[in-house]
Amino acid sequence: MSDKIRSEEVFRRNPHFRFQWEEAQGCYVLLFPEGMVKLNGGAGEVLSRLDGNKTVAALVEELKAAFPDAPDLESDVLAMLELGLEKIWIVRN
Amino acid sequence: MLNNGVAAQSTPKPLWLLAEVTYRCPLHCAFCYNPTDYVSHTQNELTTDEWIRSLREARKMGALQLGISGGEPLLRDDIEEIVAEAGSLGYYSNLITSGVGLTEKRIAEFKRGGLDHIQLSMHDITKEINNFITDTNTFELKKKVAAMIKDYGYPMVLNVVIHRYNIEHIGEILEMAEALGAEYVELANTQYYGWSLINRAQLMPTREQLEKAEAVTNKFRERVGNKMRVFFVVPDYYSDRPKKCMNGWGEVFMIVTANGTVLPCHSARVLPNMTFPNVREHGLEWAWTESPAFNKYRGDSWMKEPCRTCPEKEKDLGGCRCQAFLLTGDAESADPVCSLSPNHDVILQAIEDAKNPQIASQPIVFRTDKNSHKLVEGERERVEQFHALP
Ligand code: SF4
Ligand code: SF4
Repeated sequence: MSDKIRSEEVFRRNPHFRFQWEEAQGCYVLLFPEGMVKLNGGAGEVLSRLDGNKTVAALVEELKAAFPDAPDLESDVLAMLELGLEKIWIVRN
Repeated sequence: MLNNGVAAQSTPKPLWLLAEVTYRCPLHCAFCYNPTDYVSHTQNELTTDEWIRSLREARKMGALQLGISGGEPLLRDDIEEIVAEAGSLGYYSNLITSGVGLTEKRIAEFKRGGLDHIQLSMHDITKEINNFITDTNTFELKKKVAAMIKDYGYPMVLNVVIHRYNIEHIGEILEMAEALGAEYVELANTQYYGWSLINRAQLMPTREQLEKAEAVTNKFRERVGNKMRVFFVVPDYYSDRPKKCMNGWGEVFMIVTANGTVLPCHSARVLPNMTFPNVREHGLEWAWTESPAFNKYRGDSWMKEPCRTCPEKEKDLGGCRCQAFLLTGDAESADPVCSLSPNHDVILQAIEDAKNPQIASQPIVFRTDKNSHKLVEGERERVEQFHALP
């Protein structure tokens, strides 16, 4: 559905959605009209780092530094971004 | 690490709090989901302080989404205070309104207080049907309010209750929503509770109308793509499995009503032999976790056959308890929408009745104080006729 994500692109969270840490759930959540998503650890890490300035390449580097032991991190991040685009959790800057 | 991006489920927590702050309403919708005896619940509304306390308690329990609805919530003059409290507590808050009573001054105050979105009800592209079904002259006003919502930078969420009188206009309704700049449109086929149950034969569309409406909706979705999200809430009478009502009794939804009764769903008060907790007597924590009412239909241990041994029971949890009671007289039976229910014929009969010109041409009973008083006083012949207890 969405076209391919390139490493020099910059994404930000959909400004119409609210993204926050929820102590009671122990996870990040995305809130929007008609629904909410509880994000798992990985998705939360990705979304919390999208500041509207960082390229995808820089985001991957940052995550690699934070999680040096995670295998296949790059492809996971790309898959996450694709999903986020499709669900309009994130938008191209 | 990422699988589908969604965290695993844990034990039930009330994620959604619906505050039905008043049952007063200037509209008289034929499909209104408020209780038919709402006039008995319009006195003793919770005070601002009682609402604020309830918001705090629910937030502490993990509630995140807040709907402020009614009746028409804007008939209360403390919605600004409630909104501001919700904002500071970190709720994602939604005002569910007919638009009557929304002024520039109030919307600016809501924006300042942190209200996240406004859900406006619309009824049709024609003034005639809008005014007929709501029994008010509100067509022009709703358009003005829609523009105001947009001007204040809110995501525009339109809710359109679908019934026989507007179902054939779905294409034009969607185009109107697009022209108004809506981001979300909920096409909510009428569910038959409260006033809409009384008016069921007059409101229910035919299967052909429904199929056409779905096809038109899908075509529209393809054209607009991600720009607009269109939800099509299917009418359960035309399916052969029930909906997982409220996503499970006491699983995610908690409703606090105008006078403080705490309910697991809008219509739970119709169930017999139940005592629902009230925020004036108990905290919300007790109401949700301890009260007998919230535990009664939690999970599946209350089930009878055919649900008890049904391989699909996790999917729908036996459907809606209120619908089971209203249509079969037994709250613990399978929702009769299910084709495996021994009472499924009451649904088929309802569909037949809606096609019967003699029944379907009876006058609509609009949601008015006068009609509500009559229903309280026991003039229930028509209701009983439809409940058709076996
Ligand atoms: S459905 Fe209509 S009458 Fe009922 S509360 Fe909503 S606006 Fe008022
Ligand atoms: S028999 Fe009960 S549990 Fe099985 S599908 Fe029907 S309503 Fe659901």
